[in-house]
Amino acid sequence: MLEHYLSLATKAIFVENMALAFFLGMCSFLAVSRKVETSFGLGLAVVFVLGITTPLNQILYKNLLEEGALSWLPGGESVNLAFLSYLVLIGTIAATVQIVEMVIDRYAPALYGSLGVFLPLIAVNCAILGGALFMVQRDYTLGEAAVFGTGSGMGFALAIVALAAVRERMRYSDVPPPLRGLGITFITVGLMAIAFMSFSGIQL
Amino acid sequence: MSKPREVLLDPLIDNNPIGLQVLGICSALAVTTKLETSIVMTFAVLFVLVTSTVAVSVLRSLIPGSVRIITQLTIIASMVMIADQILKAYLYSISLQLSVFVGLIITNCIIMGRCEAFAMQNKPWPSFLDAVGNAAGYGLVLILVGFFRELLGSGKLLGVTILPTVSEGGWYVPNGLMVLSPAAFILIGCFIWVVRSARPEQIEEEFHVGALSQPGYEGDLR
Repeated sequence: MLEHYLSLATKAIFVENMALAFFLGMCSFLAVSRKVETSFGLGLAVVFVLGITTPLNQILYKNLLEEGALSWLPGGESVNLAFLSYLVLIGTIAATVQIVEMVIDRYAPALYGSLGVFLPLIAVNCAILGGALFMVQRDYTLGEAAVFGTGSGMGFALAIVALAAVRERMRYSDVPPPLRGLGITFITVGLMAIAFMSFSGIQL
Repeated sequence: MSKPREVLLDPLIDNNPIGLQVLGICSALAVTTKLETSIVMTFAVLFVLVTSTVAVSVLRSLIPGSVRIITQLTIIASMVMIADQILKAYLYSISLQLSVFVGLIITNCIIMGRCEAFAMQNKPWPSFLDAVGNAAGYGLVLILVGFFRELLGSGKLLGVTILPTVSEGGWYVPNGLMVLSPAAFILIGCFIWVVRSARPEQIEEEFHVGALSQPGYEGDLR
């Protein structure tokens, strides 16, 4: 059992890396990767929010939305609310982000100082919704959803810190003017994605 | 108020959502392995962007500022649900190929970005034009990348053989890299390179070494 979770986590971090294999959360990935420090903060916030929302969405989806999930209600056997899943998933994510922000602000001001600016951004980060949608598509159990959520958050954090480190070094290099900034970042990410593809041969 | 023509045509090259505003990258990369999926995705985004910006613009005086993000998200999510149901009903095989990326239109930053930056301050008609322009700018990049990836990666366009590949007895050796995900990054990087060579005013001046130590230099947080 533990082995299964461990291999799921490894898969989520390296083989199916959110940012470099599925291109999720790209907007913030490119916009907030100028400094290692800020990108680490964003990465941490993503781990946090993905780790909470993926299992939460799993509970909601399995108990309310899935076909036959409402069979405990009289006449609920034929109800299939799966078409509502987008609305519920994104609603849960936005609400969780708001609550998490308030809780951190109240009980852990130091953490809020480093995560605070990133939390509102995260509600519209594709990686979070992507995590929820993959969870639905692959039919994860609650435990798997928690491991998958945390793991893919860590994968995203790893990728964004690595990219920020590369970009900090790149300041000293002589890039052709039209490629400066966004252009060269795209190409760097492409090369990093090629490097991460070497994990894809791993069977777990 | 800028002219309708500018609102419509500006996002194509001069203020391209992908090339300059850094919005909506995720889906641009993931769905472009084939031209067909790129085209379908463009129309899905066009539909969602137009309907949701017009809806936000009509409701803009009724939406309270403090809950505007979640209101916009709800409007967008409802439109994406409609688009998803239409795709599932009429283009089922393509909807399977697009998998989660239809759902991810919700968090496509182009839509949030245009709702927040334009539709909240403008009347429905300019918002409509702005939405069409931005969707077209997005689609332009998507279709260009899809075109090159399918042509160079498998020698086909829309499933029709253009360059007969070696495995089918032709002469073209397909470039395997193009089918894989990293190619999309590199192609968009080159696209930005071409655009900025033609439009030097878009070049970013962030590359002097001292910039790192300046206080308050955080880049634009989005």
